[in-house]
Amino acid sequence: MKNPEEIFELLKKEFGEIILGLDKDTPVDPIISVDPKHIQKVGAFLRDNEDFKFDNLMVLSGVDDANGTKTKDEDGMDTISGGTLSVYYHLHSTKLKHKITIKTSTYRENPEVESVYNVWRTSDWHEREAFDMFGIIFKNHPDLRRILMPYDWEAGFPLRKDYKNPEFYQGMKVPY
Amino acid sequence: MGLLDKEFSDGNIVIARAEDLMNWARLSSIWQLGFGLACCAIEMMATSASHYDFDRFGVIPRNTPRQADAIIISGTVTLKMATRIKRLYEQMPDPKYIISMGSCANCGGPYWEHGYHVLKGIDRVIPVDVYVPGCPPRPEALLEGLLKLQEKIRNESMRKKTA
Repeated sequence: MKNPEEIFELLKKEFGEIILGLDKDTPVDPIISVDPKHIQKVGAFLRDNEDFKFDNLMVLSGVDDANGTKTKDEDGMDTISGGTLSVYYHLHSTKLKHKITIKTSTYRENPEVESVYNVWRTSDWHEREAFDMFGIIFKNHPDLRRILMPYDWEAGFPLRKDYKNPEFYQGMKVPY
Repeated sequence: MGLLDKEFSDGNIVIARAEDLMNWARLSSIWQLGFGLACCAIEMMATSASHYDFDRFGVIPRNTPRQADAIIISGTVTLKMATRIKRLYEQMPDPKYIISMGSCANCGGPYWEHGYHVLKGIDRVIPVDVYVPGCPPRPEALLEGLLKLQEKIRNESMRKKTA
């Protein structure tokens, strides 16, 4: 069993600057930040290494950090440009009984994160959901299409903070 | 009912208007499309089960739209589902009836403002005969809705569809 500080030190030793930092100033468990282009090999290492054995991806969630510059349009709706979208990975080891949270941030304008489909098969639908709701592109995902919204949904990604709902979908009025 | 009171002295003959007979037959065996959407569907299933016994009104679930008479919209209709419901409705033969069950199907319910994925009322897609309020409605409320629908069918005219 390892605590987050120890895990961070071991990862830092193995991967160097790919591991961006450890955020201890959170109301929950400390969060390790990782470069989005190399999350797959970090994940494989966390799963296979004898000290970690993170065999269970409990959840993968997308987050809109909404930290770009906001501009209001004439309806008072926000449009955000710049800033980041993030993906959080909550890992658990069923063998060593420890947990860790991994975070990776990517650019809002071109949100690309490496898929961890090859490491934890659970991430298949979770990544599809993050794509569906936030528009995060998971590179090397075998089947990245919408999972909850209709396949022909063109209005954007609903959980982004500057999302605007369309007036009509297939001839049906959408607002109340 | 008005069917059996015009009985002749010979017990084997009953006189009735064709319209009354048709309506009586229709309202006494409403086969509902076996179809549920959300928590309202749990109440609908409870209504079908032995305590409330939908079958005593002739309502049984039929698992094909081609042989169903009514469809109970029992739950939140998402935009994705609305297109499917429309197709199911179009596959049902006339005469066909719709009971909109619960707040979500009636008007969007708790999703009315922030539900980007919810159709705000099934009547935007298909014509509704009876609205049953509630979130979810109790089985008694759904039974009341069914009785309202039966009443509507009883007063139907063969020349003009009213329900």
